[in-house]
Amino acid sequence: MRRRRAGLPARRGHLRDDVTGWLFAAPVVVILGVFLLLPILMAMWVSLTSWNGQGSPFKGGVPFVGLDNYSRLFTRDDLARQDFMTSIRNNVYYVAIVVPLQTVLALGLALVVNSRLLKGRSFFRSAFFFPSVTSSVAVSVVFLFIFGNSGALAQLLGFFGVKGPEWFSDSRGVLHLLLGVDTPPAALADHGVFGLSWWEWLSGPSVAMCAIIALVVWTTSGTFMLMFLAALQDIPVTLEEAAMLDGAGRRQRFRYVTLPMLRPTMFLVLTLGLIGTWQVFDQIYVMSQGAPAKTTLTPAFLSYRTAFRDFDYGAGTAISFVLFLIIVLLTLFQRRVMRERRG
Amino acid sequence: MKLHPLAALAATALAATACGSGFEEPEAAPQSSGPASLRVLIASSGDPETAAVKDAAAAWAGSSGNQVTVTPAQDIHQQLGQAFAGGNPPDVFYVDASRFADYASVGALEPYADKISDPDDFYPSLRTTFTRDGKFYCAPKDFSTLALIVNEGLWKKAGLGEADVPKTWDELTAVAGRLKAEGITPLALGDTRDRIGAFMVQAGGWITSPDGKRATGDSPENLKALEYVRSLLKDKLAAYPKQLSASWPGEAFGKGKAAMTIEGNWIKGALKADYPDIRYKAYELPQGAEQGTLSFTNCWGIAAKSPSKTAAVAFVEAMTKAEQQMTFAKEFGVMPSRQSAKDAYTKEFPADTAFVNGAAYAQGPVNAPKMDSVLADLDAGLQQLTAQDPKALLARLQKNTQSALGE
Repeated sequence: MRRRRAGLPARRGHLRDDVTGWLFAAPVVVILGVFLLLPILMAMWVSLTSWNGQGSPFKGGVPFVGLDNYSRLFTRDDLARQDFMTSIRNNVYYVAIVVPLQTVLALGLALVVNSRLLKGRSFFRSAFFFPSVTSSVAVSVVFLFIFGNSGALAQLLGFFGVKGPEWFSDSRGVLHLLLGVDTPPAALADHGVFGLSWWEWLSGPSVAMCAIIALVVWTTSGTFMLMFLAALQDIPVTLEEAAMLDGAGRRQRFRYVTLPMLRPTMFLVLTLGLIGTWQVFDQIYVMSQGAPAKTTLTPAFLSYRTAFRDFDYGAGTAISFVLFLIIVLLTLFQRRVMRERRG
Repeated sequence: MKLHPLAALAATALAATACGSGFEEPEAAPQSSGPASLRVLIASSGDPETAAVKDAAAAWAGSSGNQVTVTPAQDIHQQLGQAFAGGNPPDVFYVDASRFADYASVGALEPYADKISDPDDFYPSLRTTFTRDGKFYCAPKDFSTLALIVNEGLWKKAGLGEADVPKTWDELTAVAGRLKAEGITPLALGDTRDRIGAFMVQAGGWITSPDGKRATGDSPENLKALEYVRSLLKDKLAAYPKQLSASWPGEAFGKGKAAMTIEGNWIKGALKADYPDIRYKAYELPQGAEQGTLSFTNCWGIAAKSPSKTAAVAFVEAMTKAEQQMTFAKEFGVMPSRQSAKDAYTKEFPADTAFVNGAAYAQGPVNAPKMDSVLADLDAGLQQLTAQDPKALLARLQKNTQSALGE
């Protein structure tokens, strides 16, 4: 369409080209429309109602509540807001730890596996990648045993005479633990924002959440290692040799040649990591369901619980859309930051 | 990560429109005539229960000329939630008492229970549990209550006898003190409303009013109960399982880490399987201002949308007969919900008398919709009971309950 300029007569057959093009694209357009766009629009409608899950949400008689489900998450002083903000807090800590950790680990593994000095490279490559192809539910169950009260980790720590925490029943925040404060200072406990006191906001991830963080970093870094590895193998050897000729040491070559060449992959890994971590659901569902004391509650799980347990489908979908918005905004922000650094 | 709730919700919305009979559905489900084909979804406790229910269903199908398919659920709450949203729920299904109000309040359940023969034979406390807005919705399947489980070995070791088993809070404190002096942890107590709630009932309080319409959490009775439990915990007369490195009180009790625990009749099976050597006895819970315990139960729910309600009611009728319930009791260890089966049951299982007696004064789970997150919040508070002010905890419960009930 764009090719058709004003003043020039359209070529014969051009219209037919357009129609043919659309015809060829039609199956995909229909599939995407029916299975992606339509459900999203339907969910958006549900988020504007207080549909209780009985019958169709599109018939008359389903109460329309406007933006109430959304404003409730931010303005009304009740449990819904408190749960939502708790889940946001938990997920912020989760993202802030998992994303950098898995990126660094993945890059490190990729460098190791890519090194020409390493023997049995293909073995290590598969070994590091293995957790990523295993079902996350199976991995979660195995980690439940490892972190259990008399599980492998507790036994191992016990061997060294260390008494580890009861991982999945310990709701204390690690920041509180590290600082060794049990009773909150009044300045933090009495003030806050969005229904949580500053003391609660600043708790850090709970011990239970740390176990989940360890699991996720372990499972996902394999996938990202593969991406880094592909990018590393794309870097021309000549570049590295040229840098060597210029007298660049190993560290300098990594800093000024390898890392800049990896920037697009870095962006990809960070973006995928960010999206994946904000949507964390299956590990939470299998391992903790939000317990202990809501410290592993995440927006994705809260959305599910609100919809399918409390039959409050409107509020549940509203949480999903807020989560979607958070992810989009953060990705845009991240793109901007990375572009600025390039310029 | 792979199962995004947004997608799940969207899919549900799609299913709701695509699979339903159009956007404008008739309110009352059309009833089919002739032999019915019933779909039954059960939240089975294990293979024995699944097999027993399948056998009973097959026997009924054979004698009545209908067809029945019994399916054990993976996660019955989720499966039912999605089935209701899709407009094609199973005809008959287990409804957990703690979820009953959610289902009933959205009109998913058929209030049929008064059509079952001799409905007054069900224990009154179980009838109350499944009654909403004056309608007795569904027939109780069976039930469990909490009792005081005493480890006989540790009891003797501390020089205590049968007469020392506590019958009141004061006696409980006293005997716990004697056990503690012997270096034995007296009581392993679960850290949720499903155990500590029993103390609230004994003090004369509860979280909601009997009809489930008003919040009654912030009452002097409940405060008394929480303060009592808090004093037990603070004086190390009771401990949460976490403190005893156990995942639930039964584990701590089975390992001999505590002389008493407060659990339901399911502890029998658990102890038999994991700690067969332990010798124990069950007694009725000590009373505070009154006798009190908690009951846990399921009912046979019938979907309001089922096309074969008559057959479904006949099926439930057969499943809740006293003799049938006794068969279930023998197969997988549940207590019959009919009072007429009480004598047969206590004769068969004399050690369970304390559990069965609890039915007379038991309080069922909170009977109000949208309380799941409120009660989860209460549990989070109870887990930190020693570090918290019980008054603030109850005030928070009151506020959240009021907002959930729309007071």
